This record gives sequence, C-alpha cells and structure tokens, in this order.
Amino acid sequence: MPIVLHRIDERLIHGQVVVGWGGQLHPDRIVVVDDDLAGSSWEQELYSLGLPPEIMAEFASVRNARERIPKWRISRERVIMLTRDAATMAALARGGLLAGEEINVGGLHHSPGRRQALPYVYLSDAEEDALRELAASGADVSARDLPATRPVTLDQLLQDGTAH
Amino acid sequence: MNEPVMLRAVLLGHGGMPEGMVDAVRHITGCEQTAIVPVTNRGMSPDALTAAVQDAIGAGPGIIFTDLPSGSCGFVARRLTHNTSQIVVISGVNLPVLIDFAMNRAMPLEDLVPRLLTKGRAAMGCAPAHLEDHADRAASNR
Repeated sequence: MPIVLHRIDERLIHGQVVVGWGGQLHPDRIVVVDDDLAGSSWEQELYSLGLPPEIMAEFASVRNARERIPKWRISRERVIMLTRDAATMAALARGGLLAGEEINVGGLHHSPGRRQALPYVYLSDAEEDALRELAASGADVSARDLPATRPVTLDQLLQDGTAH
Repeated sequence: MNEPVMLRAVLLGHGGMPEGMVDAVRHITGCEQTAIVPVTNRGMSPDALTAAVQDAIGAGPGIIFTDLPSGSCGFVARRLTHNTSQIVVISGVNLPVLIDFAMNRAMPLEDLVPRLLTKGRAAMGCAPAHLEDHADRAASNR
C-alpha cells in the first residue's frame, strides 16, 4: 500500500489530519517525522491523545524514516506521513526518495518572517527554497488544507501572495 | 488579612468559539474583561499560539480551558503545564464550567479544579431524560 498522504503541517496530528483527511483516506498509521519529537516521549504522548484507537502513531527521525519509507510503501497498512516543516520534508526527499509522490502543504501559519501565500500557508524565504528543493527532487508539491478544497500548485503558491 | 489570589484563565479553542463563549460568560456574570482571556487558534502557528497563551496566563496560578483535549489547542495548553503545578488544563469546556470559574476565581486552584470538573460533567444532560440511560448503557458496552 503506498503512503496515502505526505503532508507538511506544523500542527502535526490535529483535527484536519485525523478527521478531514483521515475520514477520506482511512489510515492505519500516522508517522510523524521529526528529529526533536522522535526523542521526546512526553510530547509523543500528547500528540497521540488526538488519535482514535484504530490509528497507530509513530514518531521517527529523518534518518530512520528514510530507511523505512520503502517498507512503509509495501506494507499492508495505509500510512499518512507528516512533517512540521518544509525543510524536514525536503530532507526526506533528498536523492529522489519521494520522486513522483504528491506532497501536500497543509498548514504553515502566521509567524514573524513569513509572508502569506494562502489563508493557511505563510512562507519564509527559507521555506520557499525548501519547497523548490522538494519540487526539484521530483516530488509534486501543492497546497490543500482539506480534501474538499481546491489544490493550489507550487507555482501559484510562490507567486507572491496571489494564490488566494 | 491577605487578599485572595484571583486565578487567571484562558479559553483556547477553534474559530470564533473562545470569543463567543467568553462574551456569553461576561453577559451572564458581569465579570471583568480580564477574568477569562479568549484565544483562538485561527491562523496561528503553534509557536505564536503558545506565546499568546503564555502571555495571557503568565506564571499562574490559573487554568487553560480548551475545547478539545488534543489537537493544536490541547497540545499547546498541555505543553505549557509541563513542569509547573500552577497551571491546569481543563478540556471539553462548557458554559457552566466557565460561569462557575468566573464566580469563584478567588478559590485555591486545587479546590476549584475538582469543583469545575464536577460542574461541567453534571451539566451534560438531555431531554427526554430516558435517553441518558441509553448513553450510560452505550458507555458501559464500549
């Protein structure tokens, strides 16, 4: 079973992922790829509170996840993979590991140094570069907060706030 | 005689819910504007949301009320209680809980929190009342 969703969302496991996308994709497992969280058991517990019992949570470092992506792809489980930022997804994708995969930019919200691209996507220069790096590695990058909303292509997203 | 410490509170939730509920509490109790500070997660990054709640609750003592036990609001709230006993999170908040808080915020935190949990749970009910028995049976069959 391919990984059913690769998503960049700084809120990680939350309502839009579990209810919005989960209701459509019926994941068995949500894998959060994050070097900090992979080493923090109490934060893992907090994030796992948001999951119904039929969905497993797993927390992996970038290095560990890169090794295991081929196994997750042939697993019988349906997997959603989350990163909290574009740089982590770009690191996962290096060497073409995510070539041909759709990468969903789902939620990067307002904070200092970011410019608004969409109501749910604000990007800094570094984040724009990371998204370009992702696309250059062969991934298909678009923004979409929920399944029912219109996807916005990377080109539209990077057109200086004119995507919305 | 020392003045009682007035507890601080933040209502943290999705969309317009915090502002709306706090407005209702003020309307009903006439409590001061600062008794409960509404904070929405709308358009906020986790770091910005954490900063907003931290700014409102300070070092406590106080309560962060959240709509959901998990997700972005629940997570930010629980993170702020890590390593402190002066801030408590109460999730699944309802209006009776907030009203009781506004009327009793001079109580010590350790006495008020159990009282609020009891009030909030007791406030859930339905009409016709016999369906409540069905809910009890459904809970015991889970």
